[in-house]
Amino acid sequence: MSGVLSSEIEAVTDHDEPAKGMSWLRYAGRKAGGAGISLIMVVILGFFAFRILPGDPVRSMSDGRRVSAEQMEILRSQLGLDQPLLVQFWTYLTNLLTGDLGYSYTYNQPVVQLIGDRMGATLLLTGSAAVISVLLGLWLGQKAAWRRNSLFDKLQTGLALVFWSVPTFWLGLLLLLLFGGTLRWFPTGGMVTAGSSLTGPAYIWDVAMHMVLPVLTMVAVVYAQYLLVMRASLLEEMTSDYLTTARAKGLKEDLVRRRHAVPNALLPTVTLIFLTLGGLVGGAVTVETVFSWPGLGYLTFQALSAPDFPVLQGTFVVFSSIVILMNFLADLLYRVLDPRLRTS
Amino acid sequence: MTHQSTRKPGNTVTPPAGRPGSGSVAAQRRRQRVAEVWREFRSSGTGMTGLVFLLAVITLAVLAPVLVPAETLDVTRIDTPQNQPPTLANPLGTDPAGRSILGMLLWGARISLLVGFAATIVSVVIGTVMGMAAGHFKGMTQGVLMRVIDFFLVVPSLVLAIVLSSVIGPGVATIIVAIGVTSWASTARLVRSQTLTVESRPYIERSWALGASDTHVITRHVLPAVMPLVMANTTLTVGSAIIAESTLAFLGLGDPSTISWGSMLKMAMDTGAATGGYWWYVLPPGIAIVVVVLAFTLVGRAFEAVINPTLRGR
Repeated sequence: MSGVLSSEIEAVTDHDEPAKGMSWLRYAGRKAGGAGISLIMVVILGFFAFRILPGDPVRSMSDGRRVSAEQMEILRSQLGLDQPLLVQFWTYLTNLLTGDLGYSYTYNQPVVQLIGDRMGATLLLTGSAAVISVLLGLWLGQKAAWRRNSLFDKLQTGLALVFWSVPTFWLGLLLLLLFGGTLRWFPTGGMVTAGSSLTGPAYIWDVAMHMVLPVLTMVAVVYAQYLLVMRASLLEEMTSDYLTTARAKGLKEDLVRRRHAVPNALLPTVTLIFLTLGGLVGGAVTVETVFSWPGLGYLTFQALSAPDFPVLQGTFVVFSSIVILMNFLADLLYRVLDPRLRTS
Repeated sequence: MTHQSTRKPGNTVTPPAGRPGSGSVAAQRRRQRVAEVWREFRSSGTGMTGLVFLLAVITLAVLAPVLVPAETLDVTRIDTPQNQPPTLANPLGTDPAGRSILGMLLWGARISLLVGFAATIVSVVIGTVMGMAAGHFKGMTQGVLMRVIDFFLVVPSLVLAIVLSSVIGPGVATIIVAIGVTSWASTARLVRSQTLTVESRPYIERSWALGASDTHVITRHVLPAVMPLVMANTTLTVGSAIIAESTLAFLGLGDPSTISWGSMLKMAMDTGAATGGYWWYVLPPGIAIVVVVLAFTLVGRAFEAVINPTLRGR
């Protein structure tokens, strides 16, 4: 969640394992092992969080309603909660391996189907927001670092720190208030205009209009961190001797920056970008809730208000697995990007 | 600044009582260092602005019951109009129940700051202990600890916090636990890399040679050395914890009967204040969060610049 301290960025992006000289296969295998263990931990946590922690799912489900003891018993046996814990865990595991994440009692649908239906909307929203904020953050960050202490730098760093301090959902509410409520420039919720049956370009335009405010909200909160990271790591590079060499060769300042400094500064930044994907998922939950975007985040919120534990468990497992897999890809990418790790 | 020494009596040569202001050499040096850090911190404009602001907000939060008596926010006893735009009597307008938004803002500061500080303590304690252990011990222990840290670093903390608090049930304590348990991993990474740096220094080897135990090395040498950076990190963590509190409260995981900045915004959302154009209900709690989090961030960054001289001039 945090990440605006230079020393913190260094510590988190630190690749201190003896990866140097390791063969490609061994490196990939090692990272895959790590990701595998994390996945197993997610699966175990996803199960036990809902069963071991204080609190009774059946009681929470019937919270505030009059339910007889027999009804609660029936619900327990339907959910398999009357079985021994290990039997439940085994059922959960075997179901998971066959792609069965349980059954939602508020939607009366398999959880897998619910998640599948909403996955596309979330990928569209977070994907667009991620791409825009990475490009924007890196570009502004390297410009700010190159002209450090200039007015541009101070302005950009200041703005980034302010945006970093803004709760995502509140920014969403503000945009909703301004552009949706008062000015009525953009739709205030959903992914398509309700009741419309648009096709082709008209449909794409409709979705794009619905995307503007949620994407803007996510970008504003997320780009700041990339800017600060890029700025910090480029400043780190700027004291290096090889830049003096590049200048001594007679290269223009612009080329020194683009060809020599920036590529090296990108390395720690890439790691951090992938590490902040978890934060992006968190952003998806709040942004989708504010704009009623029909994705996984909104589903999580609805499952939370029900409460619908199978759905909540499913979204937790799916969200976490996506982030872990992306981080595994980042580790592989890092190896490709950093030639020092390749030389054997 | 806090006292960083964790000295145990009996283990050191304590000076005879009655000599005021004296201590062991190490303690004296640490006091000197604290004074130095403070002197340098004072010269940072942004850091001091943040600090003064925070002290003001904390004072207002502490004095809230005096400034705005609790009865004035009791929905059963007020007769002010609902959703009233700002007036002289209610400078920030009223909420859908007719309560003064300025009054709620002051009361909300108490819960938001309380959760921010409490969650940070949980997070920093877990992070420091895990980080020092992962840096100090080798082999199997280190491997397991690193996996746990990396897991919590990667897993989406908000989703995990939602899972935890939905199972435990809504409430202030739940939010504190949920934030604390999900946000310690980056502190742990920071502390671990500091621990590795410190333990590679010669004085630690000397300590080992003199027969020091793990506990001695960790509590007497490593902890005081990592403490300054942990402090800078802590300042930022309070900021993120306040944002996390507002987010969880906004998602409905807070105690509905307590007023926090997050629960005010949730109410604003639920009553359609954003789409209805009641800006006086949407703006103040959010601005309060931004200003306080920004103040914590500025203090943390200024403090880091003081304790890490390589960052000067950046």
